Amino acid sequence: MTDNTHDSTGGELAELGPIPDPGIPEHTWRPTDVDPKAEKRAERQVSAMFGLSAVFTILFVVSYFTFHIGEHWTVWLGHGVSTIALGVTLGLALLLIGVGIIQWARKLMGDHEISELRHPARSDDESREGTLAALTQGLEESGIARRPLIRNSLLGAVGLLGVPAIVMLRDLGPLPGDSLYHTIWGMGTKKHPMRIVRDGIWSPILASDLEIGDLVNCQPDAYKNPQRYGIDPTLVEGTELQVQKAKASLILSRMDPGDIKPGPGRKNWTVDGIVAYSKICTHVGCPISLNERTTHHLLCPCHQSTFDLANSGKVVFGPAGRPLPQLPIAVDDEGYLVAQSDFTEPVGPSFWERNYVQR
Amino acid sequence: MRLLNRSAGRLSRYRRGPIAGFVVLLLGLLLTGGLYAAFSPAHADSDSAAAKQAQIEKGRQLFLVSCAFCHGQNGQGVLTQGGSQLGPALTDVGAAAVDFQVGTGRMPMTMPGPQAKEKQPSFSDQEISDLAAYVASLGTGPGIPDKQLYSTQGMSQSQINALVQRGGQIFLANCTACHNFEGSGGAMPRGGFAPRIRGVSSKHIYEAMLTGPQSMDTFSDGNIPPQDKKAVIAYLNNLNNTPSYSGLTLGGLGPVSEGLIGWVVGLGFLVGFAVWIAAHTTRTTKKKDGASA
Repeated sequence: MTDNTHDSTGGELAELGPIPDPGIPEHTWRPTDVDPKAEKRAERQVSAMFGLSAVFTILFVVSYFTFHIGEHWTVWLGHGVSTIALGVTLGLALLLIGVGIIQWARKLMGDHEISELRHPARSDDESREGTLAALTQGLEESGIARRPLIRNSLLGAVGLLGVPAIVMLRDLGPLPGDSLYHTIWGMGTKKHPMRIVRDGIWSPILASDLEIGDLVNCQPDAYKNPQRYGIDPTLVEGTELQVQKAKASLILSRMDPGDIKPGPGRKNWTVDGIVAYSKICTHVGCPISLNERTTHHLLCPCHQSTFDLANSGKVVFGPAGRPLPQLPIAVDDEGYLVAQSDFTEPVGPSFWERNYVQR
Repeated sequence: MRLLNRSAGRLSRYRRGPIAGFVVLLLGLLLTGGLYAAFSPAHADSDSAAAKQAQIEKGRQLFLVSCAFCHGQNGQGVLTQGGSQLGPALTDVGAAAVDFQVGTGRMPMTMPGPQAKEKQPSFSDQEISDLAAYVASLGTGPGIPDKQLYSTQGMSQSQINALVQRGGQIFLANCTACHNFEGSGGAMPRGGFAPRIRGVSSKHIYEAMLTGPQSMDTFSDGNIPPQDKKAVIAYLNNLNNTPSYSGLTLGGLGPVSEGLIGWVVGLGFLVGFAVWIAAHTTRTTKKKDGASA
């Protein structure tokens, strides 16, 4: 009895064929298919959405002409009305068309269920041979093999089309030369070393002006007084001015002189506890002046690189690879803070040709 | 006749007129008053000095109760056993620092932490000025600024406009790094933050620049001159009164809040809508008339 059961189980399974195709389940209808009232209601809904969309489009046009911008904004509850009205009306006009179409498709358009059989992706042999024959015939008739002059001149013409692409790459140049190694701080003269001025206020700074804990955002005096340093004024105008600012922006910080740990050879780079550093992060060049007075840590808002201003701008945290370049400063005959020289290393992010300095 | 002999007709030539007593009294009062007026400056000085001393003493009593635990009984600062600063020395912070810290409720702190937060002030204005007088007496430091230093009262509109424009330049160069381009504040290392400075009173902004509260750098008068501090404050006040022309500001925090709202609310709404559309596949058990299923 038990033996029989055991045998029969295996035998029956082996004899079962593939499961027969169950076909598509019986189609059930949507209310809109069987109930004329529901159909009418859906029709009204869709057309109402399209109609509402039209209303919002008209409201958009009305808002455009009604609400003022420029000198005398129309203001409601502290907000400019024009922007909000235009955004809301146009947004709703577009949304309602989309929603209407979806509602139309789901409620009223055809609702057949279709099964599509899967076919092998490979074409049958006959079609493949036919295609190959057609291609070969085409090549024969074009005579490309018999007329090398045409073939070669075509190849040459197409090949030469690569040249415009290469020529246009030239616009990425010219190569910067040594301009990345210099800033306008180095353009001070022996008689007039480059003065440090307050950014936005543009007045030179007496060392005695600053108190311990002060942080000053600075620029070189050359932007406002190029003639004093014998600098061509076109070097500090327009695009050139932006280039100069991108390299020469500076921060001054005055701290307790006892807090400063001068790096090798940097003993005379400070004035009574006033240190000067490039404002351009050495990671990817964001301008930084988020300083913590209590720790002398300067933080870059872009990727959280942190530099210690009391310790030669050393990186204490974050992705920056190099310390912040320090500017050697001194005072001139009138007591104003000046740059002793240019930065002693390129400012800002690293670049291919740069000689890496010890971190 | 009577004019020449004024005592004629009196009972006695030695008898005084009825108002003579008042006249003498008046003269005496005038003399005393005059003498007082003549000698008063020195006198009044010592008087107000005494009043000031009394105010400082009142401030000291408040200080001993509410501040000395962290800042030391003489404001010399207290180090913890681990060597970190419990409360910094207040010997050279001046009255402006006290007026800012206590006036904005940052001090006294509820508990030690990375940053003292703004809250309802714990002291009355009078108590704050007593405390400020005491701390100012401990050493040097900036005093509480006069109203004319930060108020644009009495200036013409075009003067204010010029001030706002200049203030904007200075604000963008010096303040936006930490306090955001429209003063909404931002994050700082180790749990600190630069607070939102919109809607803060002009006096407190002036004092904050002057004293550099907590980790903030100071912007002393040698760093940003008083007239330019006024410009920065005028710019901030102008910012407060400027409508947000481009719609909702979402806190004015830039890509952080805009991205958050865009992804969570904007995309969330669209996804929810798509789900809603797909869920509406009502089917009925009814059959179509005359048609087989």
